[in-house]
Amino acid sequence: MSDRALITTRNLSVHYPLRGGLIGPRQVVRAVEGVSIEIPAGHFFGLVGESGSGKTTLGRALLRAAPITHGEVIYDDGEVRYDLAAIDKAALKDYRSRAQLIFQDPYAALSPRMTVRDIIAEPLEVMGLTKSRAETDERVREIATMCRLNLEHLRRFPHAFSGGQRQRISIARALVSRPRFVVADEAVAALDVSIQADVLNLLRSLQKEMGLTFLFISHDLSVVAHVCDHVAVMYLGRLVETAPTRQLFARPRHPYTRALLSAIPSLDPDDRGRTRRLEGEIPSPTDPPPGCKFHTRCPYATDRCRAEEPELEDAGDGHNVSCHRWRELGEELAMD
Amino acid sequence: MTRLLDVENLTLQFDTDEGRITAVDDVSFSIEQGQVMGLVGESGSGKSVTAKSLMKLNARNAVYGPQSRIILHLDDGPVDVMTLRSAREMQLVRGGAISMIFQEPMASFAPAITIGSQMVEQLLIHTDMNKKQARELSIEMLARVGISDAARRFDQYAFELSGGMRQRAMIAMALSTRPRLLIADEPTTALDVTIQAQVIDLMKDLVAEFGMAIIFITHDLGVIAQTADTVAVMYLGRLVEQGPVREVIRTPAHPYTRGLIAALPDLENLDKPLTPVPGDIPSPLERPTGCVFNTRCSVAIEGRCQHEVPQFMQLDDHHRVACHLAARERGAA
Repeated sequence: MSDRALITTRNLSVHYPLRGGLIGPRQVVRAVEGVSIEIPAGHFFGLVGESGSGKTTLGRALLRAAPITHGEVIYDDGEVRYDLAAIDKAALKDYRSRAQLIFQDPYAALSPRMTVRDIIAEPLEVMGLTKSRAETDERVREIATMCRLNLEHLRRFPHAFSGGQRQRISIARALVSRPRFVVADEAVAALDVSIQADVLNLLRSLQKEMGLTFLFISHDLSVVAHVCDHVAVMYLGRLVETAPTRQLFARPRHPYTRALLSAIPSLDPDDRGRTRRLEGEIPSPTDPPPGCKFHTRCPYATDRCRAEEPELEDAGDGHNVSCHRWRELGEELAMD
Repeated sequence: MTRLLDVENLTLQFDTDEGRITAVDDVSFSIEQGQVMGLVGESGSGKSVTAKSLMKLNARNAVYGPQSRIILHLDDGPVDVMTLRSAREMQLVRGGAISMIFQEPMASFAPAITIGSQMVEQLLIHTDMNKKQARELSIEMLARVGISDAARRFDQYAFELSGGMRQRAMIAMALSTRPRLLIADEPTTALDVTIQAQVIDLMKDLVAEFGMAIIFITHDLGVIAQTADTVAVMYLGRLVEQGPVREVIRTPAHPYTRGLIAALPDLENLDKPLTPVPGDIPSPLERPTGCVFNTRCSVAIEGRCQHEVPQFMQLDDHHRVACHLAARERGAA
């Protein structure tokens, strides 16, 4: 595992214009705002946040599947280096084979009219990565075996499979072009707990075997804690904290991270505390509050937080945090 | 404690083109007034179908077993839901004694009718309130579940509310008729973890305030640990383990319950490998003989579990399990 950054973003923003009314200013959804992040090659990088935090949009922007409004996204795998905001058509085609997406819903992601073999082979055919049908079949069989699919099943249609098997088919399809970078967007959210563990273990072992770099987007912090090396927390389009997984879970530095952690239901029936519940809901990204975006729900907010937006700064131990008060809140936020 | 509900030998099959499939197989359980029962299992385990049976809400091709009895103990005496036939008779339970909230609140509200008119409609059916009283109570309930500006929300449509707010409105609607039993089918699964925590707190408060019983259906054992008094674990239409929440989570006796707990990521121990329950839940068309779990059980007893259906055995006063191995270990002890 090297620590060279595979993906680097600087001040990345993704804005979507909303069609306004006849009068009044045009509104803009600031889905991602000023995000600077480095994803080191070979890492299993977690991205967490509530619905509306911009985590899916950020993932899409890194795949050049969402528009890059401002800022830079650099992909550098040692062989090629692309500036995604200014990439040309031919390079983008090559990038598509190097960066792939695994979807959330294995029921919606697979065409019911195609056999499993054709579903997995499609990216190779579309991108023209193989020269003959025999070579395509060879690649399909190779990846299917790695994803622990029964080769007999390649001739069947997706309806014959359970959720866990379908997700393994989706994974095989995403990996058949031998990408370096994979965005897994809520890849286990639709699965039962009993099956979820199996798919997570598969993703981890594929990452090691194929030397992949993962961006693992999830709302489930306990899953992220188990599979990711490093975690970034988003709120309303901004990064609020990034840290190595263990540090983040033991000593969260941002009040929002702390609130997310304490909202996870404990498996201990005697631990039915309701401390530090977060009030209210995430504000709309068309009308974000001034100052720190989290101040409307933050129990520690001051006048400064309401007026001035904090920058992401180095808080030691590998933490980067964007909070005016992280120094004073240190002990207050530690997990017991 | 006062008994509210007895489900006895509930069996439910569906007539399909591919034959008759068994969705619920000889399930029995009881609920006391004011008690929260967690019903846990994977997709396809029959937990939603079981809950819907309590209001006979299953599709037309549902065939109930002749031994099935669902007795609701109401103030005017016991009622067997199985014997209710007409829509008018069913009103006694549907939205009357029993209310239900669903996983996806967007799909549960009619999209073109305001939240308020939907709340008022059911009050007019189930109570003798007039329109004005029903409106007042509805707004009061919306405020009670933490919806700010309730009078304005009353006149809005489901799409104008956020996911968390929709689920609160659903709860307000379900509780405004003061049901004796609330069935909550994965009510927090579609919500963010922070909103889930708010909804769970709200439901606990409402149980304390209204004294109703809840059947909480979920696949999330963490949610169960936080809300339930008792737990029933289902697999492929059968109950495999039942008991008080502490005993079932701390000392699970059935290999399936143990598997579900081992598969959960544990924040206290990040080095613990995630252990899936091997294999997938079989199709109801290929129901295993003997113990339904034997095809995925790592400790199945050769020659026994494949052939013989395990019967429930009491581990102590309230904790019981249906497993040959647990019975054998118990016998040896």
